Amino acid sequence: MGAQIRVYRQKISSTTSMRKIFKAMELIATSRIGKARARVSASLPYANAITRAVSAVASQSEIDHPLTTEPEQIRRAAVLVITSDRGLAGSYSASVLKQAEGLNELLQAEGKEVKTYLVGRKAQAYYDFRSRQYEQVWTGGTDAPEFSTAREIGKALLAEFAKDYEDGGVDEIHVVYTRFKSMVTQEPTVIRLLPLEVVEEQAAAETDLLPLYEFEPETEQVLDALLPRYIESRLFAAMLQAAASELAARQRAMKSAGDNATDLIKKYTRLRNTARQAEITQELSEIVAGADALAS
Amino acid sequence: MAELEVEIVAADHFVWSGAATMVKARTSDGEIGVLPGHSPLLAILAEGELAIEPVSGDRIVVAVDGGFFSVDDNRVVIVADNAQLGDSAAAGIR
Repeated sequence: MGAQIRVYRQKISSTTSMRKIFKAMELIATSRIGKARARVSASLPYANAITRAVSAVASQSEIDHPLTTEPEQIRRAAVLVITSDRGLAGSYSASVLKQAEGLNELLQAEGKEVKTYLVGRKAQAYYDFRSRQYEQVWTGGTDAPEFSTAREIGKALLAEFAKDYEDGGVDEIHVVYTRFKSMVTQEPTVIRLLPLEVVEEQAAAETDLLPLYEFEPETEQVLDALLPRYIESRLFAAMLQAAASELAARQRAMKSAGDNATDLIKKYTRLRNTARQAEITQELSEIVAGADALAS
Repeated sequence: MAELEVEIVAADHFVWSGAATMVKARTSDGEIGVLPGHSPLLAILAEGELAIEPVSGDRIVVAVDGGFFSVDDNRVVIVADNAQLGDSAAAGIR
């Protein structure tokens, strides 16, 4: 009987210490989300300015730039998968990877070869465990991405894109990341980064019309300089959204883990009390039975 | 007199905005000065400093390492990869 009480006591104390960890992680995630969301909005002016400039160039000149022209035949595609470095974020990484798997299957069904690029240790672990090939991986700082990382990734992908198919280059680039819709919904999303689909802007009012720009030095050189920046800014935006999503997912996962721990502690405490009461009852009845035996 | 509405943004943060009478920037072809009423322009910035003459206060010097800027309808948007405000600029932030 005493053994049972001891087991419950151990369970209660280990659950209590786990709950402390969950609570701490929840609080950390909560405090970082605000920062992550602030960074998302801080990157907006740059993204807006660059998008506006790209669409200005696109709307007035027939763009014939390697980054925007669709190859006749797409034979190889690159897929960049953005996950987290650390776990304990619920299904965050798993759902991104699932989305990436779906995309892989789709691309392969279309007869395209897939080259995989990864961000985050979770994606790396997933691919390593299954002994699957990937081209390159970037790890570290997925919950607070740096612009320099985005630039590095952009460079690597653009270099692949610039190569011919025969030399192992890719014809299109996809990005799988988690879009931060709100604190409660984050959505694994696939976007096609390259070739660019420059959206023809619908001018709602007269004032929305983009002015006829002069280009300095030449339209082509302006595009050469603009498009890589546009790609980098898209990548950076994706990484920032992913970071905010990761933190939100972690916060939610840790909250429910903490709640579950509280429930478990309650349950084990009840069981422990029952066990203790049973032991006392048994001891009493043994004493009473012994006294009865002596008296008779 | 017309003024230029200047906005400087870097990749991950907002740098400066305000009214100015002149913006001087270095493009890959050479220096270019923008006064109010300039025709729409989209130009590539070269690495170096760009100077802004605010309506009030001292001249602001910003060190950039590449980027581009657009001028349209007296609105100048400077998009730099990395922008560092010079020392004299602190007074002009608003």
